[in-house]
Amino acid sequence: MSAIAVRGLWKAYGDRSVLERIDLDVASGEFCTLVGASGCGKTTFLRLLLSQERPTRGDILLEDKPLPPEPEPGRGVVFQRYSVFPHLTVLENVILGLELRQSPWFGRLFGAARRKALEEGERWLASVGLTSSRNAYPASLSGGMQQRLAIAQALILHPKVLLLDEPFGALDPGIRADMHVLIRDLWRRTGMTVFMVTHDIREAFALGTRVLAFDRVRHDPHAPDAYGATITYDLPGRGEGAEDGTLIPVHFPWKAARPRSEEARNADHVSSA
Amino acid sequence: MRRLVNRHPGAAGAAYLAALPFIVLIAAYLMGSAARLADNPSDKLLPAPSTLAAAIQQVAFTEDVRSGDIILWIDTASSLTRLGMGIAAATAIGLAFGIAIGLIPYVRATLAPFVAVLSMIPPLSVLPILFIVFGLGELAKVVLVAAGITPFLIRDLSVRVAELPGEQLIKAQTLGANTWQMVVRIVLPQVLPRLIGALRLSLGPAWLFLIAAEAIAATEGLGYRIFLMRRYLAMDVILPYVAWITLLAFMLDLALARLSAWLFAWARPA
Ligand SMILES: Nc1ncnc2c1ncn2[C@@H]1O[C@H](COP(=O)(O)OP(=O)(O)OP(=O)(O)O)[C@@H](O)[C@H]1O
Ligand SMILES: [Mg+2]
Repeated sequence: MSAIAVRGLWKAYGDRSVLERIDLDVASGEFCTLVGASGCGKTTFLRLLLSQERPTRGDILLEDKPLPPEPEPGRGVVFQRYSVFPHLTVLENVILGLELRQSPWFGRLFGAARRKALEEGERWLASVGLTSSRNAYPASLSGGMQQRLAIAQALILHPKVLLLDEPFGALDPGIRADMHVLIRDLWRRTGMTVFMVTHDIREAFALGTRVLAFDRVRHDPHAPDAYGATITYDLPGRGEGAEDGTLIPVHFPWKAARPRSEEARNADHVSSA
Repeated sequence: MRRLVNRHPGAAGAAYLAALPFIVLIAAYLMGSAARLADNPSDKLLPAPSTLAAAIQQVAFTEDVRSGDIILWIDTASSLTRLGMGIAAATAIGLAFGIAIGLIPYVRATLAPFVAVLSMIPPLSVLPILFIVFGLGELAKVVLVAAGITPFLIRDLSVRVAELPGEQLIKAQTLGANTWQMVVRIVLPQVLPRLIGALRLSLGPAWLFLIAAEAIAATEGLGYRIFLMRRYLAMDVILPYVAWITLLAFMLDLALARLSAWLFAWARPA
């Protein structure tokens, strides 16, 4: 069973194609990194996986069922910015998911239920190293701390799929390395499927078990927007989290390094001619 | 010589500079008053400080012989009640509609153009209609204050809600939030500071509408008294009333600013 299966996916905004002919099978527990030129549609692809956008054509299956039409707790997300809520303290941000799940009207917990949520929140803060900042507001945290908070906030609901859009793009190199270790360990512990967009090719190969490169293969000089990007390379990454394989619940059916087949591309050229 | 934009007064200097325009105004008044009274001792335009003091003593500290009331307090209480009720109603309506319009596309599509048109109606032009519909009692005046500032509050808050980063609402959904939970946990708490800001901006118009309504139909109130005294050219009452209204408005504004700073520590830059 694939955690995520993409079948014949196209996405266009008006006349402008952004993504086309995307087929993909991702096994549960894989760490996919998405790379490609700026504007080629990586964020759009994540938005589709999140149900923030609907495909123009094609289907996305989540564990063999059609993707739910709206964002939901099964798929967590961390954006480059604005992922945490500025009006909540660190601890309040982390337990928000628990509160929303258990309290449909107030979105707040009280008494014993709240204490239990706070305990769980504290555990997550400890695992991302934010214990001492529990009562701070996000505005007073550094960029790296805010991203760690966003990760803990997303993971407290145990999503099966975690989507990360350039989560470390704004961080300086030292902090980035720390974040790599962190996300790798969390991924190993939870066994979730991860999709992470990055502009750093070394990061992509180091962290990912699979590196998906997006690019446009068809060009019409008279209509630059006519064709969208597709997955041109599907390469195995080092997936350094896999070194200690014992904690990983699944075996990764890594594909051999290969450019996408020539015939497929030619066929498309013919059909579009 | 440093540039003008780079030169700052010290704390004491700033306090002195802040006081300066007030001192100049008072001095100009005293000189003008003295000059006019020297010309014509029965001049009513710029009463002498002693006349002002006597009038203040009369309106603020002396019980009315017939009713036993002190008129300044009667006026103040009824004006502030009307103002408070109008602002409270406007706040409730502004929050509800502002959030609904800013957050829910169907409500926005239905109501945003309508509110944009409504907000162009000059509130004072509908004052006669309010008096016809609601009578000359309290209700019409409260409605004028509320109607005068509500469209601004709705528009300001809906813009503020729509400005919340889209990522936040998506994130909330991935944490399982339904629309109502997004309102109470994400949107409302984040627009409350803005609500207070918008209310502070609305205080000026609110006073304007209140005084206009009181000038036309009331039996007590700060606006009523000023317009009543105009008939007698009683500047010795009008001037202290204006100063008193200014002070009240200033204190309200200050209280809202303090409240905001106290309640919304998170909105302060770190
Ligand atoms: N809502 C939208 N309406 C119209 N065009 C859009 C929309 N969202 C994205 N696009 C276009 O789709 C293309 C892909 O955008 P996307 O944000 O997915 O790129 P990206 O690969 O994430 O780029 P970056 O690396 O710079 O983040 C861009 O050309 C963008 O202008
Ligand atoms: Mg992007």
